[in-house]
Amino acid sequence: MLLAERLRHAFGAVRALDDVSFTVQSGQTLAVFGPNGAGKTTLLRVLAGLIHPHGGTARIAGGRRAVGWIGHQPQLYGTLTVRENLRFWGSLYDLRPPALAARIDALLARLDLGEHADRPVRALSRGLVQRVAIARALIHDPRVLLLDEPFTGLDRTAAETFRRLLAQQAAQGRAAVLVTHNVEEGTELATDVAFMRAGRFVHLAPRAGRDAGAIADAYRAAIGGADRGADA
Amino acid sequence: MPDWWRHGWIVARKDLLVEFRSRTAIVSAIVFTVLVLVVFNFGRDPTAVAAIDLAPSILWVTFTFAAMLALNRAFQLELENQALDGLLLAPVGRSSIYLGKLLANLLFVGIVEAVGLPLFALFFNVPILPVILPLVAVIALATIGFVAVGTLFSAMTTRTRFAELLLPTLVLPFMIPPLMWAALTTGALLAGRPLSEVGGWLRMLAAFDIVFVTLAFLLFPATVNE
Repeated sequence: MLLAERLRHAFGAVRALDDVSFTVQSGQTLAVFGPNGAGKTTLLRVLAGLIHPHGGTARIAGGRRAVGWIGHQPQLYGTLTVRENLRFWGSLYDLRPPALAARIDALLARLDLGEHADRPVRALSRGLVQRVAIARALIHDPRVLLLDEPFTGLDRTAAETFRRLLAQQAAQGRAAVLVTHNVEEGTELATDVAFMRAGRFVHLAPRAGRDAGAIADAYRAAIGGADRGADA
Repeated sequence: MPDWWRHGWIVARKDLLVEFRSRTAIVSAIVFTVLVLVVFNFGRDPTAVAAIDLAPSILWVTFTFAAMLALNRAFQLELENQALDGLLLAPVGRSSIYLGKLLANLLFVGIVEAVGLPLFALFFNVPILPVILPLVAVIALATIGFVAVGTLFSAMTTRTRFAELLLPTLVLPFMIPPLMWAALTTGALLAGRPLSEVGGWLRMLAAFDIVFVTLAFLLFPATVNE
């Protein structure tokens, strides 16, 4: 479903990706942990096709239409209402009015955004905006999710709702790549775990039942002093 | 309706809705147009130069700088919350994104021109009604050309520092030919010259539009790719 083969990319002298290869199959969630500057966001941008890598290939079954992206920034227009934003993004994915309206209503209900549907996005709190961003990413029912620190700004309840949503997506056969520096947040959803440092995967293995503590220990052992702030 | 056109229209409609909600740029551009016309009206010596000689240049200088406000905002609004990434991720051709921006900018600049033209006639006491149709054709042809170029450069400069300064610096040299032809044609029309006399300039404007709209569509994908 998702294939990365010997990906290489550099920004000037800085190697952001250095020979990164992996596959993610239907129903799998690969959690990529790494310190700031490890190349995690670049990896996602290459997978999404937003950056053309200097070497290697990245392929997603279904192409851009199959990708849903949730990142640091919500990719929403502040002056438009929640519903108008979702209608715009849904239209770009060729959803037509009756189906689009039904899809928007379903997502608003699922993410508990119904009462905010007709408010401008700029009037919402950070947590609510992130929930709208999640709805935007799921509007076209993507088969592959690319998640860049998706829990940023979510309160505990919203994070739990989002986790359940992602678990449902995986159960329905969606593939996901989740990048974060927070081991605790990422572990629960992961079927596979990778640690990234200076553009390289220094560890890639199935999670195999390991809990967040075990993953954090392995992460510290692999990354060393590069990420003293790893949460676990 | 072909997909590329439908996607372009979706982007344009969104841009217009965003602008309709904030009204910041359109109001600024209209106020700017009125102020420039007022300043030129009161700042010139009516006994030294006839209004009819000066008016075409003033009209086009005013429209050009008012259009810069529209062009500057075209891609700035996509930087808010990194919406541009979302556009690039969507299964939409890059050309459709450009088309959407072009359509929205043309409408935006057209509104400013629709407000500015009657004020121009009023302040400079020039008879535009007898030549209104050819005058509108000239304005449309020149506007398509410089908005096409400006929209492309707006995409190029939007992620740079000092984009608002860089855009006019890059665009204005490209605007000289269409603005020159537009000013000459406007002057001839206002002076009551026959339409056949301005046919050559109109053809030049049309040729400029065809060449630069085509080039802009071809080059736009390269300006937004990383």
